[in-house]
Amino acid sequence: MGMSDAKRDVAAGRLPSHQVQENFADLHPPLDRHGATVEADRCYFCHDAPCVRACPTSIDIPMFIRQISTGNPHGAAETILKQNIMGGMCARVCPTETLCEEVCVREVAEGKPVKIGHLQRYATDALFADGKQVFVRAAESGKRVAVVGGGPAGLSCGHRLAVLGHSVTVYDARKKLGGLNEYGIAAYKTVEDFAQREVAFILSLGGIEVVTGRRLGADLSLAQLRADYDAVFLGAGLGAVNGLGLEGEDLDGVVDAVDYIAELRQAKDLSVLPVGREVVVIGGGMTAIDIAVQSKLLGAQDVTIVYRRGKAQMKASGFEQDLAQTKGVKIVHFAKPARLIGEGGAVRGIEFERTRLGAGDRLEGTGENFTLSADVVFKAIGQTFVPDGLDGGVRLEGGRIAVDGEGRTSVPGIWAGGDCVAGGQDLTVAAVEDGKNAAHSIDRALRGAGA
Amino acid sequence: MTDLRNDFVGIKSPNPFWLASAPPTDKEYNVVRAFKAGWGGVVWKTLGEDPPIVNVNGPRYGAIYGADRRLLGFNNIELITDRPLDVNLREIKQVKQDWPDRAVVVSLMVPCEEGAWKKILPLVEDTGADGIELNFGCPHGMSERGMGAAVGQVPEYVEMVARWCKQNTRMPVIVKLTPNITDVRNPARAAKQGGADAVSLINTINSIVGVDLDTMAPNPATDGKGTHGGYCGPAVKPIALSMVSEIARDPATAGFPISGIGGISDWRDAAEFMALGAGNVQVCTAAMAYGFRIVEDMVEGLKTWMEEKGHARLDDFVGKAVPNMTDWQYLNLNYVVKARIDQDDCIKCGRCYIACEDTSHQAITATKDGQRHFEVIDEECVGCNLCVSVCPVENCITMERLTDGVDPRTGQPIEREYANWTTHPNNPNRVAAE
Ligand SMILES: Cc1cc2nc3c(=O)[nH]c(=O)nc-3n(C[C@H](O)[C@H](O)[C@H](O)COP(=O)(O)OP(=O)(O)OC[C@H]3O[C@@H](n4cnc5c(N)ncnc54)[C@H](O)[C@@H]3O)c2cc1C
Ligand SMILES: Cc1cc2nc3c(=O)[nH]c(=O)nc-3n(C[C@H](O)[C@H](O)[C@H](O)COP(=O)(O)O)c2cc1C
Ligand code: SF4
Repeated sequence: MGMSDAKRDVAAGRLPSHQVQENFADLHPPLDRHGATVEADRCYFCHDAPCVRACPTSIDIPMFIRQISTGNPHGAAETILKQNIMGGMCARVCPTETLCEEVCVREVAEGKPVKIGHLQRYATDALFADGKQVFVRAAESGKRVAVVGGGPAGLSCGHRLAVLGHSVTVYDARKKLGGLNEYGIAAYKTVEDFAQREVAFILSLGGIEVVTGRRLGADLSLAQLRADYDAVFLGAGLGAVNGLGLEGEDLDGVVDAVDYIAELRQAKDLSVLPVGREVVVIGGGMTAIDIAVQSKLLGAQDVTIVYRRGKAQMKASGFEQDLAQTKGVKIVHFAKPARLIGEGGAVRGIEFERTRLGAGDRLEGTGENFTLSADVVFKAIGQTFVPDGLDGGVRLEGGRIAVDGEGRTSVPGIWAGGDCVAGGQDLTVAAVEDGKNAAHSIDRALRGAGA
Repeated sequence: MTDLRNDFVGIKSPNPFWLASAPPTDKEYNVVRAFKAGWGGVVWKTLGEDPPIVNVNGPRYGAIYGADRRLLGFNNIELITDRPLDVNLREIKQVKQDWPDRAVVVSLMVPCEEGAWKKILPLVEDTGADGIELNFGCPHGMSERGMGAAVGQVPEYVEMVARWCKQNTRMPVIVKLTPNITDVRNPARAAKQGGADAVSLINTINSIVGVDLDTMAPNPATDGKGTHGGYCGPAVKPIALSMVSEIARDPATAGFPISGIGGISDWRDAAEFMALGAGNVQVCTAAMAYGFRIVEDMVEGLKTWMEEKGHARLDDFVGKAVPNMTDWQYLNLNYVVKARIDQDDCIKCGRCYIACEDTSHQAITATKDGQRHFEVIDEECVGCNLCVSVCPVENCITMERLTDGVDPRTGQPIEREYANWTTHPNNPNRVAAE
């Protein structure tokens, strides 16, 4: 193995700064007007279109594409934002290959779907470029709603409530709003500070007060919020990262992927971020792919994702897996971490045991082990909800908040949505839908009560 | 051996593809390039009296595009040649000398006075050109001065000028017709009456390609103002085809030679015009859009198709579709078809459904047993072909003829015998069936 011979190698500036900048450029350069027109022309304007059904927020996709083709991108953006206030971010981060584009009749027929995501970006970018506001608030209802968490779920809920005439206060523990849009999504998917531009667009509606740096469970109590507001929406996302359950997780160089990504997303100059020469990522989802690709783009020499099951079971879509591989990331399937190897308090490698699917597709170890040397080991095996500040009153289910079809929790007056609720998809678009859905439920409840 | 040689009213060319009178044929330089590329003939850009006309110095052209900027329709406000008469005549003479096997026809437009024609005809004859084409079609500019379409729209003038020309030259006379008229058969009959050897059609159609909604000016605009231009290119082909067929079918002009023009872009378009009675074809927009090389495919494509079909000469298929053009009243009302959707080819876009449901006969299902499923309901289908027209998959929906039993829509038995409107019981003017 020889890992004790070489020095552990974690360093910043592995690549010249201009190279890093180039590496982190827009993953998909935006369509220009001509490209958008040609792509829009491919849409068949289907009846009862399958793509609309596949979109968690039910955007009227054929209609907005038709609006693009008639030279009406603002109208297209309005069609999108009416259903999904984060249509701009979703256009960049949705795994369209498993959502709308997967069921596009042209995907089914020719394996070449209409590029719905790119068109959605074209339309929303056009609107943002012109700085137009398309929403008008209904008359003040006199009702006040507290939203905990300013991520996709919270902002979507808050925006819709404000549109409906309610006064909203969004509380967030972090300094900036946006949730994982700001702190989690891969940098090359949302260039040029798009997350903050989108937040600004959402807030420009009015009727939404923002209080940052306040954490439920520390600086805020649910009881107080319930006393001060007519309703509360919880959209706190997932606060903790799953551990490997191995000895040595506190070694230097064993890092939570989401923490590192948050740091990366906030870095003004990416070339000053420390990067390992040999990087091992454990996990099989979007986070694993993102940290692997971004490590590679920062200049890591060898990046290996190790996932305990097969390609088909990876939560990351085929497109994401391909992306990783084209960026030079190696993906090893059917191996689980067995032992972290440290030296002088820092990680130097990790030993894996090969696995296979046994009877009933149960994962089992084969007893065959191998070792990868590593300067950094990233943990990307999922996140968990931290039920801080819920005062034990709100019922959980599988560790997340239990809600009904309208986003109502077990406690009257408290709604929840996004990653923090049980049974979700852990996608931006799903969080936006949850927030919108809950807003309408809250609106019905508040108006019913006021009547 | 497939023979593409063309003899049009005695004018010979190695193939039936001529360039229409327009910018591609305005000068020796262009025409020589065209002949090098393989065009069978040209109709020289229309000559007029000196002093030459002037063109606008602003844009002359406007266009209608498909999504990928494929040129679908083209519009121009260009006038006839703006070069001195003697320069054109000298070049025509040179070209004809250098390219004796190619057809060189000269397009003419002078005022509607016999003297004017008498003056220009000998000059053209002297070039050795193979024939003349009378431009009675130009719909813009020249028509304001009593020429072009202003003549073509009055059959009496058409006949009169054709007669003057026939009396004053030995050259074959082709009369180019304007489509900006209610019934194209009238000027065609007049041309024949006047002794012309042939007609060519269509010239361009009055058009405005669009309006700039910022400046409120039509497109193209010169200094903020526009004028209607002449429409041509692929968009006009159906109109031209119909007009050609009307002349070919008209007993008064049946068999009268026709040079087909209008939106011809490839060999197939050409073959269609010829099947409807055109003895040869002329092309303008396609050449302007893609350059002269397109003639290579026109020649090869037509040859290959003729070989496939066993046509040895052009005459073997010219006019072959004319007998199949008829009046509505003679269409077989006992021919009953139903749409059939091939479920293997169907991509389930639902366009046939919504088209038939919203705008036609509610004859297609959207679901079956709770599943997305598009199928024709024979009890409702009138066989209109709308679903076929909107289906994005070629041949996914076809029309199947019913030959036995009962039409589930009408409950009437399927009759195999031909029967048309003239004898239909609902026709108040029906004649007794024989
Ligand atoms: C690395 C990574 C990459 C991803 N990539 C994609 C992708 O490409 N496409 C995609 O669709 N999805 C992606 N996801 C998932 C997506 O980001 C989430 O599903 C989505 O952000 C969930 O939105 P949310 O509003 O529920 O939670 P979050 O975005 O997590 O927002 C929660 C907000 O609540 C705040 N908060 C938390 N606790 C408290 C508290 N106690 N008091 C006050 N405020 C609190 C947080 O600061 C945060 O602002 C990714 C996730 C990760 C981790
Ligand atoms: C720019 C332009 C100029 C034209 N000038 C003439 C002309 O001088 N004389 C004439 O008879 N027809 C003229 N035409 C009409 C063409 O010869 C032809 O009849 C018409 O364009 C239809 O054919 P197409 O669809 O192949 O272009 C002109 C057409 C264009 C586009
Ligand atoms: S042929 Fe016409 S009536 Fe019949 S199914 Fe198609 S669209 Fe409907």
